[in-house]
Amino acid sequence: MNTSRHINDIYKQHSRRVQATLIRLLGDFDLAEEATQEAFTAALKQWPDQGVPENPSAWLITAGHRRGIDLIRRRQTARQNQPLLAEDEHATPEADTDRIDDDMLRLIFTCCHPGLATEAQLALTLREVCGLTTEQVASALLQKPATTAQRIVRAKRKIKEAKIPYEVPERRELPERVQSVLKVIYLIFNEGYSSSSGDGIVNLNLAREAIRLTSLLAELLPEGEVFGLLALMLLHDSRRSARQDENGDLITLEEQNRDLWDREQIHSGLAALTQALQLTPTAPYTLQASIAAAHAQAGGTEDTDWSRIARLYEVLYQEVPSPVIALNRAVAVAMRDTPEDGLKLIDELASHKAIQNYYLFHAARADLYRRSGDLSSARAAYQRALALTQQGPEQRFLNQRLTQLDSA
Amino acid sequence: MKYVALVYYQESIINRMSEQEWHDLNQECIAGVERLTEQGKYVTGQPLQPIETATTVRVRDDEVLISDGPFAETKEQLAGFYLLDANDLNEALQLASRIPPARFGSIEVRPVRELPPKD
Repeated sequence: MNTSRHINDIYKQHSRRVQATLIRLLGDFDLAEEATQEAFTAALKQWPDQGVPENPSAWLITAGHRRGIDLIRRRQTARQNQPLLAEDEHATPEADTDRIDDDMLRLIFTCCHPGLATEAQLALTLREVCGLTTEQVASALLQKPATTAQRIVRAKRKIKEAKIPYEVPERRELPERVQSVLKVIYLIFNEGYSSSSGDGIVNLNLAREAIRLTSLLAELLPEGEVFGLLALMLLHDSRRSARQDENGDLITLEEQNRDLWDREQIHSGLAALTQALQLTPTAPYTLQASIAAAHAQAGGTEDTDWSRIARLYEVLYQEVPSPVIALNRAVAVAMRDTPEDGLKLIDELASHKAIQNYYLFHAARADLYRRSGDLSSARAAYQRALALTQQGPEQRFLNQRLTQLDSA
Repeated sequence: MKYVALVYYQESIINRMSEQEWHDLNQECIAGVERLTEQGKYVTGQPLQPIETATTVRVRDDEVLISDGPFAETKEQLAGFYLLDANDLNEALQLASRIPPARFGSIEVRPVRELPPKD
């Protein structure tokens, strides 16, 4: 392999980590980014002649640190940055693995700090942790590049000015802060999994980024819910190729061709779930992953273990009493017992105002009416669902169901 | 680094308190300030009189405009402030979370801005 290809691989593999360490050493996101770029530029110049050093990230961190200090001096912002330099100038940047891993975690926790707006957390995490360009972040989040850029700039300014520390939270705060990191990752995943735009192409990259990020997090911070979320995403994403037909139309779980499910990914998902179950068996992501696993292990709707799924939803509802979970529980009960049993539970939910505007509430009711043979109630419910969704594939799906009812 | 913790709550909640509850809340605040002082985190602070005592001043076109009441009617009213000395935002938030009205109101935490040096 030639050296510049090798350097390219090293860039892919190490640039995020090098930059995460340089943020700590230089105390500034933008400066660290520039220093990282310059370190790789220097590597491209020197390594082809001198050979690739034994520990490339250590070399890059040292080079980047030196460049960063030069940049500070050159810009004559020395006054502003003096305390920082005084503290770090003599410290040799360490490049042992633990330290670098810590820096990666610091970066993740800082980008997902609850003091930043959720939108900013998403953009910053994709930009800084996943290494996407601002344009890529913008297109992934369906924003104008200028909007994304502004969000990122503002977030970085708040980190600096309000002094959001570059650190892994203390034990005491860790559980809550891990939750906020997982929430950001799951939002990234869902943004990729069910793109909210009209044409509804599944945005593969974001889902993959979210999975990659969680795998990394699981290595650095082996907490139960980290494995739980990883399992959940792997299992959901394994159905990627089966969820839509060639026209982009939705295919329900029941009607999916299960041969298209990614078996290898299901296998990885189940492995992550095993880890999660040992640590946090009844935590929300772990429970949701257990439900996804019950589907993944079934050959079809008929041999799905619906009583297990209904039970898992019951436990999940105890943990997170949200109407959406109650809705899913009702559907599982309908599958276990009869559509009428499910409808009874769904009717109990109708008092929740918010769920009345949730198209899946009406779609689920419609489906159960359809199964029970009450076609006119089914039609009315499908129509209400249709009025509540803007997504192209969902609209086509509901229209298709209505046509089927008419011809029934 | 210095942070101001602005304490907001609905004055109506306070008005509904019994003498005893109000007394206990004040004592709890006093104890909190003592604890912050011992930790070296407390610079200064002050609770405020209710908003009906507020008067707002504006100068427009060299004219001083004075009006009764706070600058804006909000659901929660500014009830006092703390000036804290904390290492970073995380510590400031942690200190702020122990300010007693955080349980029924809101604490806004903001870093102070230093004025530029005098010309």
